[in-house]
Amino acid sequence: MQPTEIVAFVYQISDVFAFLVLAAAGLAIIFGMMGIINMAHGEFIAMGGYVTTYSYHAGAPLALAMLIGAVACGLFGVFLERTIVRRFYHRPIDSLVATWGISLIMTQGALLLLGSGAPGVGTPFGSVSFGGASFSVYRLVLVVVAVAVLVGLYLLFMKTRFGRHARATMQNAAMARALGVPVNKIYSITFGLGAALAGLAGGLYAPTMTLSPMMGTSFVIEAFVTVVAGGADILIGTPPAAVALAIIKATATAFYGQVYGVMSLLVAVCLVVRLMPDGFTGWLIRRRS
Amino acid sequence: MRAFLSLLNGPQTFGSSRGFWATAIAVFLVALLFPLVGDGYTVGNLAYFGVWVFMALGLSLIWGYGGMLSFGQTAFFGLAGYSYGVIAINLGANYGYPVLALFCALVIAAVLALVLGYFMIYGRITGVFVGIVTLSVTLTFATFLNQTAGPEWRIGRARLNGYNGMTRIPSLSIPWFDGDKITFRGPALYYLVLVLLVLCYLGLRIMVNSRFGNVLVAIRENPERAELLGYDIRRYQLVAFVVGSTLAGLSGVLYTAWGQFIVPAAMALPAAAMPIIWVAVGGRKDLTATLIGTLFVLWLFQTLIVISQQYALIVIGALLLVTILVMPGGYIVWVVENRDAIFNWRRHRAERLAESRAVASDGASE
Repeated sequence: MQPTEIVAFVYQISDVFAFLVLAAAGLAIIFGMMGIINMAHGEFIAMGGYVTTYSYHAGAPLALAMLIGAVACGLFGVFLERTIVRRFYHRPIDSLVATWGISLIMTQGALLLLGSGAPGVGTPFGSVSFGGASFSVYRLVLVVVAVAVLVGLYLLFMKTRFGRHARATMQNAAMARALGVPVNKIYSITFGLGAALAGLAGGLYAPTMTLSPMMGTSFVIEAFVTVVAGGADILIGTPPAAVALAIIKATATAFYGQVYGVMSLLVAVCLVVRLMPDGFTGWLIRRRS
Repeated sequence: MRAFLSLLNGPQTFGSSRGFWATAIAVFLVALLFPLVGDGYTVGNLAYFGVWVFMALGLSLIWGYGGMLSFGQTAFFGLAGYSYGVIAINLGANYGYPVLALFCALVIAAVLALVLGYFMIYGRITGVFVGIVTLSVTLTFATFLNQTAGPEWRIGRARLNGYNGMTRIPSLSIPWFDGDKITFRGPALYYLVLVLLVLCYLGLRIMVNSRFGNVLVAIRENPERAELLGYDIRRYQLVAFVVGSTLAGLSGVLYTAWGQFIVPAAMALPAAAMPIIWVAVGGRKDLTATLIGTLFVLWLFQTLIVISQQYALIVIGALLLVTILVMPGGYIVWVVENRDAIFNWRRHRAERLAESRAVASDGASE
């Protein structure tokens, strides 16, 4: 292979890696903590995209607009957790159904209120060329952001008081509660954080795609397979799962095209669950012990 | 007859009384005679409602009895619909070939269910992961079909046609005497759907009340205990998954034959949400409740969609949310389980009043 091709391939893998991490982070945090899957994840992503775009057109700088999008989704997430989601922690399968009802209402409500199209945001930064091939700078920024999100989550969970409480709750909620950890508050914050990360993903990718209430759909497959392959722990499961899936998807996409890239993810995830039932998390923990 | 009835009744289904079966037979007779008096539109519409019920009954088996929430019903619906379309277009509508296409489509759906089910169930995915893996498969499948618009996407004479879907698919037909054939449209399709529905409903009742069904419910209630009792729980779950998914395939074939077209949107969101709603509202843990609930939600949705599709979907989504919040087992199942308290509330109140009076008079006499 030519050096340029290698660079291009690494760029592709990093691009997919960033997408998988950003799409899955919010879902993985909520699943890891409460054991439920938020089926309205895609709708939170779309909401983040919309809030970002509208804030941007209202005059906010793009980075600030994305922050506003994330915060708005986070607050909405806390609201939903307080009103609906918290009733389902002891019956996770019903939580799937309930959040799906929420997702249906959110998508169709957005279609009703906002219509199916929206003014876009141009992709910033332009592109950089290397050895005759050109690469979007913004895509590279997204890779940096994805890594920053992972580092930020590591610091949050390992170095702060909230993180210590959160990990205690994750290991044994009843014991944590007995020791005075405000478990309900931890759950609210975690759900809000997950929703905010989904909103951030929507905001970050809004400049690269067409905005529509259904735009979340193009994230959820990737988010689902990353969470399934990664397992319960976002810090040790999600990054290796995202790397492995990114290599598989980038390869399949390079050889066969976009749709086969997505299908390769599904095949990969079927094999992963057959070989390591709790995903990378379970596999790594078993290897360590 | 008595032996047959004893197969149909059992602990896993409601409605084993004489009155229930008398009502069921009466409803069947009314349905049988309905095309003689009803207008063509209503008959066609009822057939259209009936087409979906197979998918709902299948989900009731997988989710209600087996405890696995599958979002993949529309994937098998679509796969079977497309398979039927491709085979029927290529073979043509004569010599009963569409019936052959129907069986081939069901086999294809069953094989995919077997493969997917094997990886999931033998990979020991449980709980919420079954939901997201099946939904991922469904969405990927829809995405794949959406991009098959180009002329290179053809199988024999059948063009997949991407987003717009496959059209001009022959209806179901069987050969008749003198080189004639019966094409299942209008009342003929209505009768076909009705007969298939009765067969599937009775067949599923026998299945869930058999030893197989009892073990399946035991697995739903407590997988570890069922396994410790010596059952290979994965085999039971896999069978339930394949049967339920094949029923979704039957819905797909009948839908395709009914409308003579199939589009990727029939399996993507929001269509994939519908089976969950049908089954959840009536009560997923009982076949009869599923049947009635499905017909009710279909009717409600059709009534609301006249106003606007988004509005109808919001109401249906809210119905799902409220159901799972206040009555997770479904309304019909709740009513049946609490029928004594509901229908005899006057007597219960009178008894309670009498009791408290007795207590009061006891107190007064002391």
